[in-house]
Amino acid sequence: MIGYLVRRVGGAVLVLFGLSLLLYGLFYLAPSDPAILTCGKGCTPERLAEVRHALGVDDPVATQYAHFVRGLVAGRDYPAGPATRHCPAPCLGYSFETDQPVTRLLLDRLPVSASLALGAEVLALTAGIGAGVLSGLRRYRWLDRIVNGLVLAGYAVPVFLVGLLLLLLFCVQLQWLPFPSYVPLTTDPLAWARNLLLPWVALAVIQTAAYARLTRAGIQETLAEDHIRTARAYGLPERRIIWRRALRGALLPLVTLTAIDLAAIMTSAVLTETMFGLPGVGQLLVGAVNQIDLPVVVGVTLLAGLLIVAANTVADLLYRAVDPRVELR
Amino acid sequence: MTVLRRLRGDRGFLAGSVVALLMVLVAVVAPLLAAAAGQDYTNYHDNLLDSARGGVPLGRFGGMSADHWLGVEPGTGRDLFARVVYGARVSLGVAVGATMLQVLFGVLVGTAAGLGGRWADAALTRVVDLVLAVPSLVLAISLLAIVPPDWPRPLLLAAVIAVLGWGGTARITRGETLSLRTRDYVAAARLSGAGWFRIARREIAPGLAAPVLTYAALLLPTNMIAEAGLSFLGVGVRPPTPSWGQMLSTATTWFRADPMYVAVPGGLLFLTLLAFVLVANGLRRALDPRQSEVLR
Repeated sequence: MIGYLVRRVGGAVLVLFGLSLLLYGLFYLAPSDPAILTCGKGCTPERLAEVRHALGVDDPVATQYAHFVRGLVAGRDYPAGPATRHCPAPCLGYSFETDQPVTRLLLDRLPVSASLALGAEVLALTAGIGAGVLSGLRRYRWLDRIVNGLVLAGYAVPVFLVGLLLLLLFCVQLQWLPFPSYVPLTTDPLAWARNLLLPWVALAVIQTAAYARLTRAGIQETLAEDHIRTARAYGLPERRIIWRRALRGALLPLVTLTAIDLAAIMTSAVLTETMFGLPGVGQLLVGAVNQIDLPVVVGVTLLAGLLIVAANTVADLLYRAVDPRVELR
Repeated sequence: MTVLRRLRGDRGFLAGSVVALLMVLVAVVAPLLAAAAGQDYTNYHDNLLDSARGGVPLGRFGGMSADHWLGVEPGTGRDLFARVVYGARVSLGVAVGATMLQVLFGVLVGTAAGLGGRWADAALTRVVDLVLAVPSLVLAISLLAIVPPDWPRPLLLAAVIAVLGWGGTARITRGETLSLRTRDYVAAARLSGAGWFRIARREIAPGLAAPVLTYAALLLPTNMIAEAGLSFLGVGVRPPTPSWGQMLSTATTWFRADPMYVAVPGGLLFLTLLAFVLVANGLRRALDPRQSEVLR
């Protein structure tokens, strides 16, 4: 168990280093110079050299990368005019564009992305399991059809298209909801939920279909097993059989899937955030990308990688916890 | 041929393939279609816009008329019909290109892992796991932003989507290869002195065709969504080259005043995606009847 964790974390660290190295390498190869952008119009060569030095892009790429890694592990000092400023570990540097520490930028934006992902996942799980159970028990044929249709459509509708249609319907035509703008949960929980409702639905549509299909398959499979027949033979009430036995077997695979999906949703929320104008990590990335703001781009990518690796590890552990037959390698 | 008979009886598949073929045709003959309409996708028509309302097309339904079959673009007045048929080129071209590259990488790596020794398999599986674990959308955005803007954009899009998305094909190919290599006919070929390359080509490849085809059919719409999404975020094809995703991104600022500008590219994108998904679903059911369920 401990050996497994050590191996897993070691592998994760390697992946993250690989990712950051790749970005640094490509960025160095690309001819775009962030110093020119930062320096702005009427830039003299002397001023440009100063900016280069302040940004730390006048060193060879290997040195730059070494500085970056040292900052991440132990923190580093940046020249800021005559003085220096200290950036404590884990230091991802300062944004070329806004001169703020990347770690702060990420932490500021994380609650928005987390709200979005968590809400969408809860919505998708509730609706998906509900529809899956009902359709698994073969009570309603029309529900079966809707679930099937949604699974197909889920592959065919990009999230931003769903978002646009939702906005058009609920904010323009019916005017039931305001145009989404982020309100922190701690300020006003009701406004938080009202504003995030449409983004949640947009993100949850595809996930719902996937969960419904999985639950249905799980329920049908479990109901065909011997222990269910035995329970029925003992005369246990049907309701109890379904809730206590069938559902448990059907929901096991969902436990691990949820952990992985949560990370996947968070990293793919870029589109939803841009679509609805929510100030999350994804929007930060899209903004940074247009300004070639390398520290921010690297920071967001590393955070996304970290989330995915962490989610996969948690999923493995959960899997092991709910199914003791599984061995961790 | 039972497969053909099954496909012929699948109404979803038939409808899907008709629409999909039509879209491919539209993409191929886009210049002819635009010429037939007497329009091109770069010409501004300021006279068709209502400057008092900030540039919304004059007339009903987004400015539809005998000259502009699907209306004009708000803000610029460019002909929407010409833009969407050229957009089909980008959408389908990038998706097909990316899918072909993914299948190529995936099958090469997957067969090598499946047929190679223990070490080769372990190393390649690691690489595949890594590709599958990478936050692909985030990385695609970063990569496309870093690459110089004057590189050929559609090619680059296809390459980036492919490089980040070949893991699934490789995993499936490896699994199938591992199961195929234990078959008697493969053992017979090995005993009669066939080399690994010959075995891969003559004995393994035919068995891979069906599972790889069904998987690739599903990759195509996924790649189309990826292209549309990246263009939506502004890192896809560069203007003035039109793309459906890019149009929908512009539509986010216009959809209140001009809903047709959402409906035309959005409807086409949805229709095309649905068509390809139906084709993929039909192929899957015909080639692998044990899994009569809808898509995985």
